[in-house]
Amino acid sequence: MSAGPFEAALRARRDAGGKCLVVYVTGGLGDDWLDTARAVAAAGADAIEIGVPFSDPVMDGPTIQAANDLALAAGATPTGILDALRGADVGAPLAVMTYYNIAFRMGLERFAESLVAAGVSGCILPDLPLEEAGPWLEAAGVAGVEPILLAAPTAPDERLPEICAVSRGFVYGVGLLGVTGVRSELAASAVEIATRLKPVTDLPVLVGVGIGTPEQAVEASAHGDGVIVGSAVVQRMVDGAGPEGVGELVASFRAALDAG
Amino acid sequence: MTESANAPLQDPSPDGRFGDFGGQFVPETLVPACQELEREFRAAWVDPSFRADLDHLLAEYAGRPSPLTECHNLSEEFGCRLFVKREDLNHTGSHKINNVLGQALLAKRMGKTRLVAETGAGQHGVATATAAALMDMECCVFMGEVDVARQELNVFRMRLLGAEVRTAMSGSRTLKDAVNEAMRDWVATVVESHYCLGSVNGPHPYPWMVRTFHEVLGREARDQSEAVLGAPPDVVVACVGGGSNAIGIFSGFADAPTELVGVEPAGGAAIGRGVPGVVHGSVSYLMQDEFGQVQEAESISAGLDYPGVGPEHAHLSASGRARYEPVTDAEVVEAFQLMSRAEGIIPALESAHALAWISRERASLAGKSVVMNLSGRGDKDVAQMMDILS
Repeated sequence: MSAGPFEAALRARRDAGGKCLVVYVTGGLGDDWLDTARAVAAAGADAIEIGVPFSDPVMDGPTIQAANDLALAAGATPTGILDALRGADVGAPLAVMTYYNIAFRMGLERFAESLVAAGVSGCILPDLPLEEAGPWLEAAGVAGVEPILLAAPTAPDERLPEICAVSRGFVYGVGLLGVTGVRSELAASAVEIATRLKPVTDLPVLVGVGIGTPEQAVEASAHGDGVIVGSAVVQRMVDGAGPEGVGELVASFRAALDAG
Repeated sequence: MTESANAPLQDPSPDGRFGDFGGQFVPETLVPACQELEREFRAAWVDPSFRADLDHLLAEYAGRPSPLTECHNLSEEFGCRLFVKREDLNHTGSHKINNVLGQALLAKRMGKTRLVAETGAGQHGVATATAAALMDMECCVFMGEVDVARQELNVFRMRLLGAEVRTAMSGSRTLKDAVNEAMRDWVATVVESHYCLGSVNGPHPYPWMVRTFHEVLGREARDQSEAVLGAPPDVVVACVGGGSNAIGIFSGFADAPTELVGVEPAGGAAIGRGVPGVVHGSVSYLMQDEFGQVQEAESISAGLDYPGVGPEHAHLSASGRARYEPVTDAEVVEAFQLMSRAEGIIPALESAHALAWISRERASLAGKSVVMNLSGRGDKDVAQMMDILS
């Protein structure tokens, strides 16, 4: 099976000897979120996750929760965000990150088709574990969406290859025991999950959750293929830094990863 | 007794389903913990020493069995024969203690040192804080900001019992958000913490495990009602938020020719107004908008102020074995006062929902025998009622 656009972009970075940078942007947050996504791509993100706000995001910490609430209060909807993405040339492959009920409510087939129609390659559903993923994997497969699965520090060894076998795009190593958000120090588990995943898969192995600074990104990607940065970027959006300010932050991550 | 085609409540399928409802929709981090919990619960439940420990606590600490009281004055007023199962007389004032003692014992057995819980009205939080004090465990209870304000007394009780109470400030700042915060805490502390979930919602095995811990009240009510009536009652009624007290009493009568009625608050009627959705770990009826955003429930009762419902109730509704009816806040306030004056029993606002339905339906219940689960006592609600009634 050939890699989809999301996976192809990450493999290209890896094959060139670089470290992958995936950045999370909350969809519908402010009038300029789409411009922010473009700025993120221009600043060197290999791919972008567009967060589709959900009312009850149990895997997200205070920063992304607050961004969710702001976007929802401003009228953000899954269809509105996907409509905005349709035909918008952001400059990097896209994945949507949302919660299972958003897909479930729309109907899994329709949801997968609507992602494809909007030009979104991948999808991350952090409350959908392996055992429950069957129907979604099937719908995603039919529509041609890359379903990106998470692998947690609590997973026993035998679970990791099972997750990697069905994940597409990359495998999302959860960097710590906890929800999304910036931490003062990188957890030892961030390095550990990458170290455990690398030998069991050829998929790009990226670590996310708790990666808030360029230094932490470098450290976390040393044993894997790269990182996902979310809350640090979303905080900049909430603070009103605008596309330019967010782009500067992303560029600092890119520079640090390139310098190693 | 008429021949009944009804069956006892079933165990869930291996993937945690009751019919089309249930499952285990949790972040990857929590999957091993849910799987371990299921294994440990299965092992404990067939272990005579675990069962003996639990039975001992239920009898000597919680005060079981609770009586079944015939309400002569209300029976006369309604024209039916009304009995109430007195879960209000349990230690800590509600049925919640049955489940909490079971889970706390199990958590101890699993080597956990900390209990995490959500609470709405505070009854489950108080019960969890109580069990943690008894068993020398750390305890952290999440409660929505709105509920902290309207259930001040229970917040103080939990702190008095040594628990930490954390205020959930997100979303509707009620029970739903307290569950979100408890799950987030559990994601971060899963190694040392057990999530002591308070109702029959959540991921598998919670809906089944919590029901099993509450089956004791259903068994007692069945025996007690048959001892008086010589047969099971015509109707069993209980309020439903997540649905733990209701599933407890339904479990005792599911195989009888008894009509089972769950009463939902009109502002939080997941079965009445919801469509299938996934939140807090399982597929069930859920109040949500066209995009799948969970809607905020609105009920006078903090314990029922929840937009979802346990998956087994969704199944019992879909299969037709039980029916679910809404009552308004105004009807509940009236029932709260009615039971206080007529029987000298101040019911919890949650339990008053069940009475409100009986009162409204008195014409159709005439001549019937009715068992209502009086799931909790109303002491916690008197301050709120003082405001409402003045």
